Amino acid sequence: MDILKKSFKKSIWVFHLSAAACNNCDIEVLELLTPRYDIERFGMKLVGSPRHADALLVCGAISAHAKPRLLEVYRQTPKPCLVVLFGSCGCSSGIFRDSYSIVGPVDKILKEEDPDVKIVYIPGCPPKPEAMIEGIVMGLGAL
Amino acid sequence: MKLVIYYLIYPGFVFASIIGLLSTWFDRKLSARIQWRQGPPWYQSFADIGKLLYKEVIIPKEANRSGFIVAPLFGLAAVTLAVTILGVGMINPTAGFIGDIIVVWYLFAIPAISLIYIGSTSGNPLSSVGVSREIKLLLSYDLPMVILIVMVASKVGGFTIGSITEWQRINGSLIGHWYGVIGFIIAIFCIQAKLGRVPFDLAEAETELGSGILMEMSGAVLAAYVLSQAIALFGLSYFLIILFWGGVSGGIGILWAILKYLLIMVFLILLKNTNPRLRIDQAMKFFWGWMTGGAILAGILAYLGV
Repeated sequence: MDILKKSFKKSIWVFHLSAAACNNCDIEVLELLTPRYDIERFGMKLVGSPRHADALLVCGAISAHAKPRLLEVYRQTPKPCLVVLFGSCGCSSGIFRDSYSIVGPVDKILKEEDPDVKIVYIPGCPPKPEAMIEGIVMGLGAL
Repeated sequence: MKLVIYYLIYPGFVFASIIGLLSTWFDRKLSARIQWRQGPPWYQSFADIGKLLYKEVIIPKEANRSGFIVAPLFGLAAVTLAVTILGVGMINPTAGFIGDIIVVWYLFAIPAISLIYIGSTSGNPLSSVGVSREIKLLLSYDLPMVILIVMVASKVGGFTIGSITEWQRINGSLIGHWYGVIGFIIAIFCIQAKLGRVPFDLAEAETELGSGILMEMSGAVLAAYVLSQAIALFGLSYFLIILFWGGVSGGIGILWAILKYLLIMVFLILLKNTNPRLRIDQAMKFFWGWMTGGAILAGILAYLGV
């Protein structure tokens, strides 16, 4: 079982969930796939279906409309899975914090659903690609 | 007992899956180098399989429970059997039975059929779009490939793997003739479509349908699919070597076989990296028009002996 757990850390498939973000973080994610950063070195790749995902990359402050969809995608993801919140909005709702339509930061919503969810925070607006790689690697170390 | 060893170890499951997973890594690494990236380390495909076995298996509510789990195993068993028949045909050329080359080709079709079953039982709308495309693709690439197999068999005068390799050992490989070259090119396209790789990845269509037909597969179910795909990559390239390129002989011939195998892999990878995805109508027109026409032309040339 130990070798399977080790291989989990060597092969993280990422599903990118843009929950009402401003698109700034989404563009930064694409930079991870370019020759300069190339996350496939670490065995990570972007997948199209949450069923294949090992890490959910969530960005955006969650509005009332986005909340049920976020929870749905989290339930669809096979466990164990890592949730990576990136960007200021994902980590803490950012400048939209007290807006009428915002139901709270992502971690609060996910902890109501599943108390032992594993979360990594990567702040920044948007975070640099180096910071994203470092964040995911540190999250894997803590797993 | 001997048959069990053939099936499970060499040249069956263990051998074929190791070579297949290494070939999958080679594919990803070379694609990365073509795109000026670094690419994954050599153990990447093994880590992927291990990771998928570690994960939870989620079965969709609408799906047929047992069918959803068993179908990919059927695909895996079928490709392993196909690779075993090919391998045993190399070890002992007289062991084949009449028509084994056709049996091998249709054993390679079983993963596609099990995938169609999974896609349609999962109840996902994107999967059902993928299923309809997969069925059409299955119908379209089969026609030219079967024409080619019949051409080769009638040229060498026998429907067994042993007779095909034996004829090529005496008279030189088929790829040395014009009809062989045409047939080989057509077969490369057919194999690319059979493996569902990029110009013909309509059923998966990562950027269009999410993952299409694979959408609901997770954990060990997906691992069985990935493994059968890796074995099929090895097995189909090997099939092509036997059909057109003289098969594998012992001694120094093994090095030649590795070289031929790598060359076929490079063809497949370059095809993947230089072409955009086709629409399903374009793919069907391509196979039923150009490729079938080419296969018939190759058959006529083979009859004339050019």
